[in-house]
Amino acid sequence: MAIVFEKTKGLTDKPFHYCPGCTHGIIHRIIAEVMCEMNILDDAIGVSSVGCTYNNYEYFACDMVQAAHGRAPAVATGIKRVHPGNMVFTYQGDGDLASIGTAEIVHAAARGEKICAFFVNNAVYGMTSGQMAPTTLLGQVTTTSPFGRDANLQGYPINMSEMLATLQGAVYIERVTVVDFKSIQQAKKAIAKAFRVQQKRLGFAFVEFLSTCPTNWGKDPVDSLQWIRENMIPQYPLGVFKGKDLEV
Amino acid sequence: MSKRVLMKGNEVIAEAAIRAGCRYYFGYPITPQTEIMHYMALTMNKAGGTFVQAESEVAAINMVYGASAAGGRVLTSSSSPGISLKQEGFSYIAGAELPAVVVNIVRGGPGLGGILPAQGDYFQATKGGGHGDYRNIVIAPASIQELYEMTVEAFNLADKYRMLVMILGDGTLGQMMEPVSFREKEPIVIPEKPWALTGRKDREEHNTIQSIYINPDDLEAKNIELQDKYKVVSRDEVRYEELNTEGAEIIIVAFGTCSRICRNVIRQASGIGIKVGMIRPITLWPFPTEVIAAAAAKPETRAFLDVELNAGQMVEDVRLAVNGKKPVHFYGRMGGNLPGQQEILDRIIKIHEEGK
Ligand SMILES: Cc1ncc(C[n+]2csc(CCOP(=O)(O)OP(=O)(O)O)c2C)c(N)n1
Ligand code: SF4
Ligand SMILES: [Mg+2]
Repeated sequence: MAIVFEKTKGLTDKPFHYCPGCTHGIIHRIIAEVMCEMNILDDAIGVSSVGCTYNNYEYFACDMVQAAHGRAPAVATGIKRVHPGNMVFTYQGDGDLASIGTAEIVHAAARGEKICAFFVNNAVYGMTSGQMAPTTLLGQVTTTSPFGRDANLQGYPINMSEMLATLQGAVYIERVTVVDFKSIQQAKKAIAKAFRVQQKRLGFAFVEFLSTCPTNWGKDPVDSLQWIRENMIPQYPLGVFKGKDLEV
Repeated sequence: MSKRVLMKGNEVIAEAAIRAGCRYYFGYPITPQTEIMHYMALTMNKAGGTFVQAESEVAAINMVYGASAAGGRVLTSSSSPGISLKQEGFSYIAGAELPAVVVNIVRGGPGLGGILPAQGDYFQATKGGGHGDYRNIVIAPASIQELYEMTVEAFNLADKYRMLVMILGDGTLGQMMEPVSFREKEPIVIPEKPWALTGRKDREEHNTIQSIYINPDDLEAKNIELQDKYKVVSRDEVRYEELNTEGAEIIIVAFGTCSRICRNVIRQASGIGIKVGMIRPITLWPFPTEVIAAAAAKPETRAFLDVELNAGQMVEDVRLAVNGKKPVHFYGRMGGNLPGQQEILDRIIKIHEEGK
């Protein structure tokens, strides 16, 4: 019988622990698939961060290291400077990258560090049970903005892709999502392009994924996907913010 | 030993690191250690390595974490306020069992404090500072020659035990110039690192490095493993110097710059007929507890005088070692001030008189 579907070799056999409907799983799978398709799994070194994906060093089949909260881009810098020929990537949530780790991500980008940062924006702190993140939308109810995020008290969401795109060292930045087949295909293309940018040593590459957190949003998986379309995309438009014409 | 040259302490540290095979340096400017960075910026690339000026001490120590996980010999250096920021990284390095060398050229605190020499970071260096049950090897050289030799040794120890080794200096040691003789060839020992992240290549399994153990039994087992390692280090790696302790009635305990002043006091005291000796811990952790305990047990030892550039930190470890057998006195200066020989001698005369 012909095999029509197979689990990617880029992931180990360890079962994911993510909540039903959480799109972290999809993002893991497509990063792993791209590493296999590009034949870089044996060269890749990934950096897990602090968040729901703290232990994805057990899931990705390449060499992996776990970093302190927000520090993954600095850890990746250290690795890349030792192994300039290897493919180095970080996997970070929005609390990790856009709050406690803003200095590390900004300076890795500014240095033009030849790494890929995969940034998963689910508009909350998932792991610690749904607190407000820097990416939380205005009006969004979270455990630490129980009356809805109020700009007057809690300021405004941070658009990381747009912000990092102002830096010269960042050569490729794209925001994608994983809400349907088409967007997942686009996300895969973005991951592949980010790795190709690194292969060619052009500079810093960044892909932001708009992702669900059904558990902390209090929504079922289908409604969560719809919530991304209706609420997140207007604040965080999809597209390429840097390196649109870059042929790699 | 080959050529003898006059060099500044901070530059000797950098030169020693490169000689020891260190090829990665990550740092952030702070007085009084910045010459280490300057030297690295000038020489690291030529040596075939990498120098990165990080955006903060937090980033620098995490770059160290990454480079060490990747199998590199790596150094970072800073001074007190910067070391405080690195403590998070120290704890992760301990948990992940990564080798690393960190230099702290201590200045006066707390807070921004001052830029002059102090030893107020003894507690922070030897008792943790980061979270969790962990230990770092802490080495406190007292001369430029020793700074050179112990920096080379620090890299070997870090690799041997897969742990963080701190060189604890102070502004005097970092800034002063003294002649130093460099060896023809350094005694470099770099073990195989099959655990390092290199890309899977032909390995069956992926390598992973982490410090998280969600299951309490796993975490306890990891902690027991760490404690067993620390026991071996405490048994095998204690270093100290004993000076005139034979027949001494008063024994000074002092480390680093402070011990240099005390050395002269011993001579002065002997001139006025008081027999004074010194135990100088070279490793502050592991601490030379047994040597001090043995000295305390001798009938001719009447008292100890611990001298430090702080309000009395190492003296707690001295008291634990002496364990009530003899009185332990303390003399200290703070803020970047150094005690004069006469001040210490006066203290010795007082102890001598009291003991009569
Ligand atoms: C220094 C430090 N502060 C706080 C925490 C607690 N903590 C663990 S996960 C997390 C939030 C992660 O949120 P995010 O990065 O958005 O990831 P998500 O879980 O949403 O994927 C926090 C604050 C920690 N582990 N370390
Ligand atoms: S808490 Fe949210 S982000 Fe975390 S696994 Fe569950 S759904 Fe995903
Ligand atoms: Mg999040």
